[in-house]
Amino acid sequence: MSQRASTIAPGAGKPDTVAKQRSAAALLGRLARARELGLLVALFLLFGATALVNPKFIGVQSLKDILLNTAIVGLLAVGQTLVVVTRNIDLSVGSVLGLSAFVTGLLFADHDIPIAVAFVVGIVIGAVCGVINGVLVAVCRIPALVVTLGTMYLFRGADYWLAEGRQINAADMPSAFLKLGSGSIVGIPTLVLIALVLLGVAAWGMRNLRSGRELYAIGSNPDAARLAGIPVGRRLFVAFVLTGALSGLAGVLWAARFGTIDATAATGFELNVVAAVVVGGVAIFGGSGTVVGAALGALLLSTIGSALVVLKVEALWERAIDGALLLLAITLDRLLALRAERALRASASRGATTVPTDAPAPTAAAPATATTPAEGSAAHAPADAAAAPPGGDPAAPISNASKGSAR
Amino acid sequence: MSTTVLPPKETSGPQASSFAEHSPLRRLLSWEGAITALLIFAVLVASFGVEGFADSFNLANAQLDIVEIAILSLTLTLLVVIGEIDLSIASNLGMCSALMGVLWNSGLSIETIIPITILVGALGGALNGFLVTVVGLPSLAVTIGTLALYRGMAYVLLGDKAVADFPVSYTTWPSKTIGDLPIPYPTILVVVLAIIVGIVLHATPVGRSLYAIGSNSEAARFAGIRVKRITFWLFVASGAFAGLAAIIYTLRFSSARADNANGLELTVVAAVLLGGVSIFGGRGTLPGVLVAVLLVGVLRNALILDDVSPETLMLVTGGLLIISVLAPNAVTWGRERWRLRRLAQKAASTS
Repeated sequence: MSQRASTIAPGAGKPDTVAKQRSAAALLGRLARARELGLLVALFLLFGATALVNPKFIGVQSLKDILLNTAIVGLLAVGQTLVVVTRNIDLSVGSVLGLSAFVTGLLFADHDIPIAVAFVVGIVIGAVCGVINGVLVAVCRIPALVVTLGTMYLFRGADYWLAEGRQINAADMPSAFLKLGSGSIVGIPTLVLIALVLLGVAAWGMRNLRSGRELYAIGSNPDAARLAGIPVGRRLFVAFVLTGALSGLAGVLWAARFGTIDATAATGFELNVVAAVVVGGVAIFGGSGTVVGAALGALLLSTIGSALVVLKVEALWERAIDGALLLLAITLDRLLALRAERALRASASRGATTVPTDAPAPTAAAPATATTPAEGSAAHAPADAAAAPPGGDPAAPISNASKGSAR
Repeated sequence: MSTTVLPPKETSGPQASSFAEHSPLRRLLSWEGAITALLIFAVLVASFGVEGFADSFNLANAQLDIVEIAILSLTLTLLVVIGEIDLSIASNLGMCSALMGVLWNSGLSIETIIPITILVGALGGALNGFLVTVVGLPSLAVTIGTLALYRGMAYVLLGDKAVADFPVSYTTWPSKTIGDLPIPYPTILVVVLAIIVGIVLHATPVGRSLYAIGSNSEAARFAGIRVKRITFWLFVASGAFAGLAAIIYTLRFSSARADNANGLELTVVAAVLLGGVSIFGGRGTLPGVLVAVLLVGVLRNALILDDVSPETLMLVTGGLLIISVLAPNAVTWGRERWRLRRLAQKAASTS
């Protein structure tokens, strides 16, 4: 990274300036990992504290239950991350899940289809829903919040219309399918294995694939991404289709896990998913966050749910705690981003005051950090210039310019 | 240089152009005109095609069904105009409703409970406003958080119990009508509030500054508008209106429950967007929103009378919402194409 910075801006060769830039960049990188680490610490503390009250909480069965509870919401959180990273949102995931789960159950009950067909049907239903969202967002250029709010109603309405008040019971489904929902392979629940594999694929793709990186670029600055030649519309479309397909798959898994399905399945689930994603460190305005973080967010929220039962706190508190945690997470993010911004600005203005012609140097350092997902979140913070402390020093305009180009 | 020659119509959408050109035909083509025509059409179809719709008892009931949506949509319109959103309104309503139950059980009189409820609602709004303006968080994320938090507080306050023994003199108040007219008292309240909010939005400097904030908050700040202060107080107002809606909701059903108005926020958002308010801020009118609320109410009532399941209504709400954002886009797109073609023709004829 330092090599790149020095080749782009040879004037920045002064070791002092480079070191400061590097430390600012490192701070940004740390920020990205800090979230995942922080979530792990929070999980560790939660497990430790709850286990002190009731050691069974970290028993095999209890851990299995927690992971099972996380699998489906985690899967949706992975899908949601793909969309949120691009500065969009998909509120229709709960409805897609419900629709797919009900159709799966219906096909088992009325047509006795093989299990593989159920998976294909579920995923296709989800993908079709995703195509509808994707066309409206990417082609018709309607804000995703509005589109998916509308399709959330539409898909749920379609679900009710299909169901006509009917309920599918476990007895209607083949036992091999239900075993999939509760069984294990080498001690790990099957659902969890499926979720982990998909999480791994998504994490790899978001990190290493060109199109994965482009999703971050789109979220950081859609216009710049377009100017840089990224096919923004196509990427958004694919992101929505993938999210839909994942929700469809989650619907099939939901049917396998719970056995009883009616049209209300997973109503309001989208908010749990968004909460998990945001707690997991994915910035709601795009450009930063990882699928692993989102999955950890989902794990933390469902662990809290289980811990409340063990700690004999009334289950009524769960929702309030979820909400408070979400607010805490985004507030912390904001404060950390402000700190990082201040550090960046300090190094930028120092670089500018020593050698005025070096003004572009800080800008060269900022894009060099583009491979760390935190870049977007830090670049976001200055958008609200009013919150930033008024720059009294003469170097302030220069640091502003560097911010502008970093975005 | 070339930008000064361009007519203002180009950068503005269908609504704004109706302000630019005041001919009646233009006005009819605006979004508000289109949705009003749709409302009239829906009312006509319902009164002739649906048995019992034009019945005065039903008309009064239909109004009551949308009272809360109307109240919440007033402040949400202002928030969306400045480019923010408040998804916590229905949860705030639920929390306030649960609080009413708790306070009533603890022996307070309704006269004391009503101001406390509105105050608590306003406090809920103030928390949103604080997180958005002082901490600097996006309102979408904040209000998704408080959506869960306030609904959670409602359950913490009241559990899954219901408080239903409110005094009859109060619970019958919402359904009382003015003389023989099919106009229940809450409608008067909504009309008064709508007039106040409408005047503030459309006839005062504060209202104009809301559009300025929504168009470009940075520029508005440099123009001397106190963006943060206004945003904060709008969130407080939104919370207070949620408290007010909670009182009417609770008394109307004579039932304080933690799950009151669950999910209503999305209907309100749908109504506001259907009314032609841009989700990006800076554009939209209150009359448009009120017409949209009425349209939602008429459709809902007529379909229920027609024995369509309330769940199928979701299909209608969702479809309407999507059409409402697709249609102006399509109109703008068509107009743009037409303009380009005309320009091309002009260029061809002059050369």
